[in-house]
Amino acid sequence: MNIHEYQAKELLRKEGVPIPPGEVASTPEEVEKLAAQYGGTVVVKAQVHAGGRGKAGGVKLAKNPGEAKELGQKIIGMTIKDLPVQKVLVTPAADIASEAYVGIILDRVSKKPVFMVSPAGGIDIEEVAAKTPEKILKLPVDTRYGLQPYQANRLGYFLFDDPKKVKQAAKIMTQLYAAFMKNGCSLAEINPLVVTPAGDVVALDAKMVIDDNELDRHPEIAALRDESAEAPSEVDARNANLTFIKLDGDVGCVVNGAGLAMATMDLVKYYGGDPANFLDIGGSSNPEKVVNALRIITADPNVKAILFNIFGGITRTDDVANGIVTATKQNPLKVPIVIRLTGTNEEIAMKILQENGFSASSDMDEAVKKAVELAKGGQAA
Amino acid sequence: MSIFIDNDTTLIVQGITGRDGSFHTKQMMEYGTKVVGGVTPGKGGQKFEEKVPIFNTVADAVAATNANTSVIYVPPNYAADAILEAADAGVKFIVCITEGVPVLDMTRVYPFVKEKGARLLGPNCPGLITPGKSKVGIIPGRICTPGNVGVVSRSGTLTYEVVYQLTRAGIGQSTCVGIGGDPINGTNFIDCLAAFEKDPETKAVAMMGEIGGSDEQDAAEFVKNHMTKPVVGFIAGQTAPPGRRMGHAGAIISGHGATAADKIAAFEAAGMGVARRPIDFVELIQARLK
Repeated sequence: MNIHEYQAKELLRKEGVPIPPGEVASTPEEVEKLAAQYGGTVVVKAQVHAGGRGKAGGVKLAKNPGEAKELGQKIIGMTIKDLPVQKVLVTPAADIASEAYVGIILDRVSKKPVFMVSPAGGIDIEEVAAKTPEKILKLPVDTRYGLQPYQANRLGYFLFDDPKKVKQAAKIMTQLYAAFMKNGCSLAEINPLVVTPAGDVVALDAKMVIDDNELDRHPEIAALRDESAEAPSEVDARNANLTFIKLDGDVGCVVNGAGLAMATMDLVKYYGGDPANFLDIGGSSNPEKVVNALRIITADPNVKAILFNIFGGITRTDDVANGIVTATKQNPLKVPIVIRLTGTNEEIAMKILQENGFSASSDMDEAVKKAVELAKGGQAA
Repeated sequence: MSIFIDNDTTLIVQGITGRDGSFHTKQMMEYGTKVVGGVTPGKGGQKFEEKVPIFNTVADAVAATNANTSVIYVPPNYAADAILEAADAGVKFIVCITEGVPVLDMTRVYPFVKEKGARLLGPNCPGLITPGKSKVGIIPGRICTPGNVGVVSRSGTLTYEVVYQLTRAGIGQSTCVGIGGDPINGTNFIDCLAAFEKDPETKAVAMMGEIGGSDEQDAAEFVKNHMTKPVVGFIAGQTAPPGRRMGHAGAIISGHGATAADKIAAFEAAGMGVARRPIDFVELIQARLK
């Protein structure tokens, strides 16, 4: 789960990371008021879950409250990478002597959180990694021991020579690591970490991504979710415990298992169609999940045919069959449905479907081809 | 022969009395797996299906049964503890089916398991099956048939799909392994490829990867440099949009080399066969078994 910059900064402040003041506003008037309150030049920053906000015109300086209000009018309501900006962060502009990058990612290869720090901050770290890898220090942390003081020092010395700055930086490393662990992050980033002309090391921007699997034990973090930043159908699906991603095609897909769901989408494309979505009803499915899945998919006006592809393992295919029957009794379908199911309790499932007037196949390619044809308005073979 | 499990596998089930645990324990017993014990704290002394003794702890279960393998069906927030408990009790092969385990938990678990000299498969995986001998996990036994193709995959149901197609075409399997869809897992593609290379019964390998990470590229490199047996690969997620987590925690296009096209190119560069559809495995494998 992504959280906004202002939320990430709040979590970092709790650990003691020095961050200049800032408040969030959702109307131009609020922006103006905050600018007046801070006095001097302020930065108005779009709060959206997208990188490259600056390049997209979502981060601007205002010299006075009047300018700030104008910027508020421009930025609030703009879209950055298809995402609507509904809030901006207003913060006093900082004087910058130098910029560094500090981040922690959960690394798949070392199977540890890995610090990445670079004195070349403020820019895209992937670009630095590709062009000048020697400017990046990578340091894995064994979470059983946590970040050790010597490691924090080493990271600090990679960024600075002046012992005073190293000391401040090392403290920030420890605080960033604490925030990463405490909040169940898969990424935590300060970019840029700046040195002010007075020699203070402070965080000017922050980004955090939370591991979705952590949200159950961190309800206070789960509460930070900004549903207005997501497609309504995806919010609906998540509340129904389904993994759903909306796409632009016309074949609505209901599949169990992420790998098979992706392979099904790919096969729709292979046979000349376009998937309308990724939808994984998961394991241990109960009929209710299928009812919700059908409701969400049929709410998409682009969907011209529905394709079920269920291979029962932990999912019992009879649960799915019961779900299809219940859902279509509640809300009769307006588009054709193609059902493919096989695996655990297949005989029972087939019987349930037949008794209720559905036909089902056990062949994936056949079912996908048929769904693609039906979505195109053709007759199924 | 086979990899990781065979007739000598003696299994305990952690979470044997839960909905999924009990359902799949029955299926494993029906398949012929030697289920020698179960663990559910508070139910020690009882019996599962009037046959399998239940213990309060894994240590008790191992002491009484000498089990060498454990399978875990406990809720996500308890999975890390269950894996640590199994490794600490001396279990050498631990299979964690549980989906949704916090990834940071795995950063503590993985090094501990390694230090104990145990192998972990999963989490968030369907387990594995050596057709006709033993199954540990949730792969439906009826779709498999004994033979000499090794199958390894990051996905559960996609594994079933391919195995089912192979079986329908009369191509049997030596062992089918689901390594799981999480970013940090206990066993990766290379571990399985190396085991298949050593296994005299395996003549060819079918491998199903997906978007995210670079495990497939590492595997392709391994195939090129260390394998004499033919490997056919497939990548799921060619139509996946970048930056979105496609169900599996690890299936997200971000960073270098994470796209389906990158991985397919690595397979081709390693001289592997590339299946464009799951059904293509049948022909590609058949051609390589001749």
